[in-house]
Amino acid sequence: MSTKTPSRLEKILAAGHRAVTSECGPPRGSDPAVIEKKAALIRDHVDAVNVTDNQTSMTRMCSLAACIRLKQMGLEPILQMVTRDRNRIALQSDILGAAAFDICNVLCLSGDHQSFGDCAQGQNVHDLDSMQLLQTVRRMRDDGKFLGGDDIARPPQMFVGAAANPFADPFEIRVLRLAKKVSAGAEFIQTQCIYNLDKFEQWMTQARDRGLTERVSVLAGLTPMKSAGMARYMKNRVPGMDVPDEVVSRLADTPKEKQPEVGIDICVEAIERLKDVEGVAGFHIMAIEWEEKVAEIVERAGLYPRPEV
Amino acid sequence: MIVAEKKPMEEIIEEVKRFENILVLGCNECVTVCEAGGKKEVGVLASALRMFFLKQGRKMRIDERTLERQCDPEYLEEIRDVADGYDAVVSLACGVGVQFTAEHYPNLPVYPGVDTCFMGVTEARGMWTERCQGCGRCILASTGGICPVARCAKRLFNGPCGGSSDGKCEIGKDTVCAWQLIIDRLRALGRMEEYERIAPIKDWSTDRAGGPRKIVREDLAP
Repeated sequence: MSTKTPSRLEKILAAGHRAVTSECGPPRGSDPAVIEKKAALIRDHVDAVNVTDNQTSMTRMCSLAACIRLKQMGLEPILQMVTRDRNRIALQSDILGAAAFDICNVLCLSGDHQSFGDCAQGQNVHDLDSMQLLQTVRRMRDDGKFLGGDDIARPPQMFVGAAANPFADPFEIRVLRLAKKVSAGAEFIQTQCIYNLDKFEQWMTQARDRGLTERVSVLAGLTPMKSAGMARYMKNRVPGMDVPDEVVSRLADTPKEKQPEVGIDICVEAIERLKDVEGVAGFHIMAIEWEEKVAEIVERAGLYPRPEV
Repeated sequence: MIVAEKKPMEEIIEEVKRFENILVLGCNECVTVCEAGGKKEVGVLASALRMFFLKQGRKMRIDERTLERQCDPEYLEEIRDVADGYDAVVSLACGVGVQFTAEHYPNLPVYPGVDTCFMGVTEARGMWTERCQGCGRCILASTGGICPVARCAKRLFNGPCGGSSDGKCEIGKDTVCAWQLIIDRLRALGRMEEYERIAPIKDWSTDRAGGPRKIVREDLAP
């Protein structure tokens, strides 16, 4: 499989390796040491690192600046971009800005609604949606054109990804929606955190039946639970999250001090099981404010050392 | 219709307390239907204002009037002969009516008595919900007759997002997911194949983004 961009993530996937990605949430302040510290914890255990874009609509250091910090440390960043805060001028402009630092992965998202964050009274933009952003990046890269039709001098060389949530409703269109994202230009997919493995496998079966796994690399998303409280919160309070009762009870039945350990066990077991699912091309480990556990998860899941490409 | 909501009394009092002769001006169209600014609400507000100022020992003249429409010059002309007798107007029309009244009476202060909210329907007695944002280029043909611009919190053209849960929007359980409605409707119409088409990037130049809008019909111009 030939590659189209200088992306290391693309090369890993093209070589047939299982990819491992993780994420770093930028700080609510301007101290670069925060992002550098998180990056240092995971750098040897992942192929690329997502940098979130004002996740849950809480104002933070911008994804692009944090990506540049990672790039300067020798890591491979994945620039997350949401369509909530910027119109098509700003989005295209930031893509060029990222390309100017040879950031070569982008994840196109619509973003959480602003009512979840610290600026609930703000406007949202949504000039484009996530599928249209995928189309935009592909047009900029493949055709070397701006949306307005003009030529781009030195088009961005970006490996283009999108998110998929196999657990949101209505379930019947979840694979159709994945198909639309692939048609729009997604080359890799990172999924919502998977706890309901049966439902995820059902979704993957449907995706395979439509031939989608031949056209896009699906990275299964995993977030280790720190506690039974976190499991309950994710189950009851986070829209579009599917946490089966047995996951909650397994944590709840564990003494509090042992719960983090069991949370890691659940995550590692999920990876072991999903490795055998045809079409799962890798794993996206989102250890939210728990980056120090990524290395352990990757090692225990037999995904270490990371391949050289 | 244009749906509006009564402004809090205190806010209106704050605006008009410095005047002596006030006209409370209703509108017989949308705001009458949504029970925010018709003849009935004009009467209620005028009485409340009279009572409030009377208790303060203020001698004020507060009159009531309701026009057929405040968005049409011919009806606004109906108060031409009395307008000079007032220091201020509290218009219970939508924002359109408030502005058009002010445009017609340049020397008369006009204050809004309602908050104009959206273009919507009477979904049930006492409940109005939004349906249209007037983007200037209707896409309802491709979305099963349900508008994602007006009804999706992220105005997604290719929804639903990952926050759709049990038919509800991620912003709250009392908000319906527009894309769930669109999918249900396309299925009912046997048109699910339309869901698979990627909606193109929207031209927002006919929306608010393009600046104030205007329609000129040569065939109707005098």
